[in-house]
Amino acid sequence: MDPALLNRVDDVTWRIEPSGPMHVPVVIFADEALIRDMDDKVAEQARNVAALPGIVGASYVMPDAHWGYGFPIGGVAAFDAEAGGVVSAGGVGFDISCGVRSMTTGIAAAELEHVKESLAESLARAIPAGVGSEGTITLDARQMDAMLAGGAAWAVEQGWGEPADLTRIEEDGRMAGARPDFVSNRAKERQRREMGTLGSGNHYLEIQAVEEIFDPTAAAAYGLVGGQVVVTIHCGSRGLGHQIGSEFLIEMAAAAQAAGIALPDRELACAPILSEVGQRYLGAMRAGINCALANREILGHFARRVLRHFFPRAEVRLLFDVSHNTCKVERHRTGRRERELFVHRKGATRALGPGHPEVPAPLRAAGQPVLIGGSMGTGSWVLAGMAQSEERALASACHGAGRAMSRHAALHRWSGRQIVDELAMRGILVRSPSLRGVAEEAPGAYKDVAAVVLAAEHAGLARRVARLRPMIVIKG
Amino acid sequence: MQTHGILRTAGGPSPPDTGWEFLPHGADIGVRGWGPTREAAFEQAACALTHVVTEAEIRPRSEVALSCEAPDPELLFVAFLNAVIFEMAVRRMLFGRFHVAIDGTRLGATLWGEAVDVARHAPAVEPKGATLTGLHVSQDAEGRWSAACIVDV
Repeated sequence: MDPALLNRVDDVTWRIEPSGPMHVPVVIFADEALIRDMDDKVAEQARNVAALPGIVGASYVMPDAHWGYGFPIGGVAAFDAEAGGVVSAGGVGFDISCGVRSMTTGIAAAELEHVKESLAESLARAIPAGVGSEGTITLDARQMDAMLAGGAAWAVEQGWGEPADLTRIEEDGRMAGARPDFVSNRAKERQRREMGTLGSGNHYLEIQAVEEIFDPTAAAAYGLVGGQVVVTIHCGSRGLGHQIGSEFLIEMAAAAQAAGIALPDRELACAPILSEVGQRYLGAMRAGINCALANREILGHFARRVLRHFFPRAEVRLLFDVSHNTCKVERHRTGRRERELFVHRKGATRALGPGHPEVPAPLRAAGQPVLIGGSMGTGSWVLAGMAQSEERALASACHGAGRAMSRHAALHRWSGRQIVDELAMRGILVRSPSLRGVAEEAPGAYKDVAAVVLAAEHAGLARRVARLRPMIVIKG
Repeated sequence: MQTHGILRTAGGPSPPDTGWEFLPHGADIGVRGWGPTREAAFEQAACALTHVVTEAEIRPRSEVALSCEAPDPELLFVAFLNAVIFEMAVRRMLFGRFHVAIDGTRLGATLWGEAVDVARHAPAVEPKGATLTGLHVSQDAEGRWSAACIVDV
């Protein structure tokens, strides 16, 4: 993207003022180098979002943004139901409530090195990953509905997780307002045997070491100790979320037309929040959020079991679990008044600042943990929401490195074997059923995650707490 | 990596001017099929969808029938790809041959394929759903049909 096409507010804030059908400006948080690397389509898609009915504040773009479908990935947009605001299936994404959870272990990374190979093999066996992998859990119709209503709290009741985990998950592990009855039978059928599976693409389970600490006070509150092992899981609502997303995308394309909403791109398909379709989507999407929360809880449980086999005294504690593909009802102050908004975050993480009552008490003084997945070679980051993030971007921050290159281009440049060997030389063990999948996710296909988190910090969205170095990568 | 090709149709050799290709997209991947009829273009695009997952040969060991409906040809294409994705996911199968019949707003299809064999197929990525981005179903001046969209993976 050419920075000359944007109004520069400061080093990390850029605007496109409203014109034509836009109701609000576009605000992009990124440094100039990230802007230059960003696809032109990001600005076009953000402008289209700014033209949707009932949008409030701005169409926000995070530093890791890239070209999505309809909404940019790394986009945040809030809508006021009373002002004709809309809810969009494309604005949430196909993988509803895709997110990241990190668990601290108290295990010294140096100690783990001695068992790294066998631990990698055990994790690869315990975590069903990739296309065609079979989970060990099959849900009948009654269990499916209980899971969709109960989320991670349901998983804990079933014995797949620990009660203490729940306070460390957004919504305390259970999204209210879920309507399993609004989820189609096809979506449920797709999920029947998928609980406790990782999926494929950019989803992973990593064993990481805390490499560098930037904010010792926050790190202490989060339980992050330099040189210790952390387990991080990135995945979402699996086939159920994908099916809900696909079905409502088509339905909303018709609903938007019926509501007289002119869409510059059909993918922006949406429905008024106060319409029958809008309410039905919200109920189904919240059930999808519960599915993702339950799935990550189960995967966390599987990982815990394996770690405890190798390290019987390890205390594997959930640090936090964030979702980065959601639409949530939140109260925000925009202009002079505080109001209830439907905040879409697609490839963006909620980032509540210090003192926010929704942040669990032990973490509150530091702010909400914001977990940033990097590529498998570069590592991940733990950030903390900043006080300004509320005013800057409705308490939102980035979610990952963001792709810099298509899968197609990555396959032309790297082979999976080469990536696995190069990472092994650097002490990073990759286990995946698909070498092609590894090549598509090559570290070089992603933006520089360090530049992304630095831009987020300079923009006042989230500040750096710790950097994590990958040791074992389980990929689908 | 194979980025384009021709799917042999169920009934024998394919007519000329038939094929599929990938279309690059930032995070995901586009599929496009073309052929002398709308049905042929849909069949080729479904073949591209399989190649998103694997480059290995798919043996036509079993047959699956599906049907779908949509108000216009473009949404019908998306509905078709989503129905194929659904069958792939629920049956844990991959399909290598397709036969499509379209009657107005309704589509019926037969898919031939086999269960995923992780060792042999080395499946790379799982398609989540077909999107409305880059979506088109159209006929060019020479009468050739083309069908394309971005698939979320």
